[in-house]
Amino acid sequence: MLAEVEIAEIIVVLVYLLVIVYLGIMGYLRTKSATDYLVAGRQVHPFVMAMSYGATFISTSAIVGFGGVAGLFGMSVLWLTVCNIFVGIFIAFVFLAPPARRMGHHLDAHTFPEFLGRRYESRFIQIFAGFIIFLFIPLYAAAVLIGGSVFVASVFEMPYPAALLLFSVIIAAYVIVGGLKGVMYSDALQGTIMFVGMFALLVFCYRFLGGVTEAHQKLSDLAPLAPANLQAIGHRGWTAMPKFGWGSPEYNLWWIVIGTITMGVGIGVLAQPQLVVRFMTVRSRRELNRAALVGGVFILVMTGVAFTVGSLSNAYFAENGPELTGRVVKVLDAEKNLALLQLMSQNEAGLWQDVEGKVAPVKLFGDVDQQVEVEGQTVALQKGRSISIVYAGGLADEIIPSYIISAMPKWFGLLFLLTLLSAAMSTLSSQFHTVGTSIGRDVYEQVTGQHGKSTTITRIGIVIGIIYAVVISYYQRESTFIARATAIFFGLCASAFLPAFVGGLFWKRMTRAGAISSMVVGFVITAFWLTFIKSQEAQTIGLSEKLFGRVSLLLDHPNWPVVDPLLVALPVSIVVAIGVSLFTQPPSKEHLDKCFRGR
Amino acid sequence: MLGIEDKGVLAAYLLCLFSTALCVVYGLINWNRGDEPVEPDDVKWIAKEKKVEEDL
Repeated sequence: MLAEVEIAEIIVVLVYLLVIVYLGIMGYLRTKSATDYLVAGRQVHPFVMAMSYGATFISTSAIVGFGGVAGLFGMSVLWLTVCNIFVGIFIAFVFLAPPARRMGHHLDAHTFPEFLGRRYESRFIQIFAGFIIFLFIPLYAAAVLIGGSVFVASVFEMPYPAALLLFSVIIAAYVIVGGLKGVMYSDALQGTIMFVGMFALLVFCYRFLGGVTEAHQKLSDLAPLAPANLQAIGHRGWTAMPKFGWGSPEYNLWWIVIGTITMGVGIGVLAQPQLVVRFMTVRSRRELNRAALVGGVFILVMTGVAFTVGSLSNAYFAENGPELTGRVVKVLDAEKNLALLQLMSQNEAGLWQDVEGKVAPVKLFGDVDQQVEVEGQTVALQKGRSISIVYAGGLADEIIPSYIISAMPKWFGLLFLLTLLSAAMSTLSSQFHTVGTSIGRDVYEQVTGQHGKSTTITRIGIVIGIIYAVVISYYQRESTFIARATAIFFGLCASAFLPAFVGGLFWKRMTRAGAISSMVVGFVITAFWLTFIKSQEAQTIGLSEKLFGRVSLLLDHPNWPVVDPLLVALPVSIVVAIGVSLFTQPPSKEHLDKCFRGR
Repeated sequence: MLGIEDKGVLAAYLLCLFSTALCVVYGLINWNRGDEPVEPDDVKWIAKEKKVEEDL
C-alpha cells in the first residue's frame, strides 16, 4: 500500500513538472506574455485569460492566510469573498478597467505611479507613489512567501526556516532567470489545477460532514468550543457574526473581521498597482466582459471555498482529528459533550500527569475512558477531539496545510502544494517586478531625469525586494501574520491611491493639488495609525511604546486600537481630494482632452 | 436555513453566490460586446511595454 502511494505521488509530481516545463518551453518558443498576444494582435481565449488572471492575483496569501483566519474566526470572513467578487471582479472589470486601460494607453503609462504622475502632470506624484510601493509591497510579498513556506514545511515535515530558504532560492532563481513575465498558458494551467483542487476540497469536506446543511449545523454546534480569548472579543461560534457594537473589547472581533479583513482587503484591491497595469495589457473591453464571468466563478471557488473549508475544518477535526486525553476541567455544554480538557500524558514510569499549560476545548467521545491515580487522587481520564487552531499549534496560518494533510490523500496534498507554489511564484514575480519598476522607472528615472536607463536600478530593486521580503518572512511568525500583512498593504493602497486613481478616471475637475493632498493625507494617516493607534501593528513597530510608554495612544478607548487605518484614512483622503480640487486651478483643456480622448 | 442560523453569515454565504451569478449573467450578456478598434496609441503602448519587458 505504501509503495503504491509513493508511486502515485512520484507520478503526480513528474507529470505536473513535465507539463509545466512543456508549456514553459512552448511559451518561450511562441508567444509568451499578455504583451506578446497584444503585439501579435491575437486574441487570448477568455478561459486562458481569466485563469491566468486568477493565478496571478490569488495566491497562498488568500488560501493559506485568509483560509486560516476563517478557521479561527469562522464563516463571517465570507464577507471578504462577497467583496472580492463584487468589488474586486465586478466593479473592477466592468467600471474601472476599461477607462484605466484607455487612459493608460493615451498617456503611455507603464506602471501605476507613472499612470498617476502623467494623469496629474506631476513628477512628485510618480516618485511618491513609487516610494510607497517600493517600501510596502515586500510586506505583501512576504505574506505570499510565508504562505508557500508554511505549506512546504507541513508537507515535507521540515522546519519552517529551511522551507523558507528553499522556497526563496527557487523564487529568486525563477525571477532572475527571467520568469518575470507571466507565461499565460502555464498560469492558466496553474489556475485550472487550483480551481479543480479547491472544488474537490469543498466537495470532499461537505461529503465527509454529511452534506451542506449538516456540515454547517455540526459547525454551529461547536460554538462553545471557541477559544476563551476569542470569546472575550466577540467570537460567537464559527457560523455566527462576531458581536457588534462600540466601546467595549467584546466588540473587537467585529472590527477586525469587517473593518480590517473585509473592508481593508476588499476595497484595497481596486488600487493594487499590479492589477491596474494588468488591465492595460487587455486587448479590448470585450475581453474584460468575458473575464468578469470566469473571474467571478474563479474567485468564488478560490476564496469562498478556502474560507468555508477553513471554517469547516473545525468540524472535521472535532470528528476526525487526533485523539486527545486528559481530565475535564470545565464542562462547556453537557448535552453536546463539549468540555475544556487538561491534557495529560504518561511518564516513563507509566504514571499519568498533566501536560503543563495545555488545556484544549474538545468534543468528548462520551463515557469516561478510565480512572487513574494522580498524586493520591482518582482522576477520570477522558478522550476527545479538538478544533483546528489546536492541531495547527496555535498558528492560524497552519490551519489549511494541517487540514489538507490530515483530510486529503497524500498525492492530493502534493499536487495542491505544487499548484499553490506555482501560483505563489506567478504572484511573487509580478510583485517583485512592481518593486523593481517602482524604484527604477518611477523613482530613479524621475529623480535623475535619465529616462530609459533604469534597467540596472530596476534589477537591484528586485533583489532588494526579495531579500527584504525573505527577512520579514523569517522574523514575523505570528498567528495571523499573512492576513495582517496583506491587509496593511491593501489598506495603504486604498487610502493613498484610490481617490487619486478613481478621481483621475472619472472626474475631470480633479486637480494635481487635490491628488497630491489626498495621497499624502492618506499615507500619513495610515502610517500614523499603524505606528501609534492600531495596537497589534504599533506593538510590532515599537515606536509608540518607546515614545509614550504604551502600545497604543488610545489603549484605554476600546475599540479604537483595532480599527483599521483604512476606515479613518480613506474617508479623509476622499474629502481632501474633493475639497482641495474644488478650490484649486483645474487642469488645462488640452491635457484633459489627451487623457479622456473620445469620452 | 442551510444550517446557518445567524443572518449575517447566511447573508454573506448567499451574497457570494449572488455576486458570482451577477458576474456570470453580465459576462454572458456582454460576451460579444465591447470589441474596440486598435488605435495608434495602443500600438505605441504595446511596443514600449514589450521593450520594457525585454530590457529586464
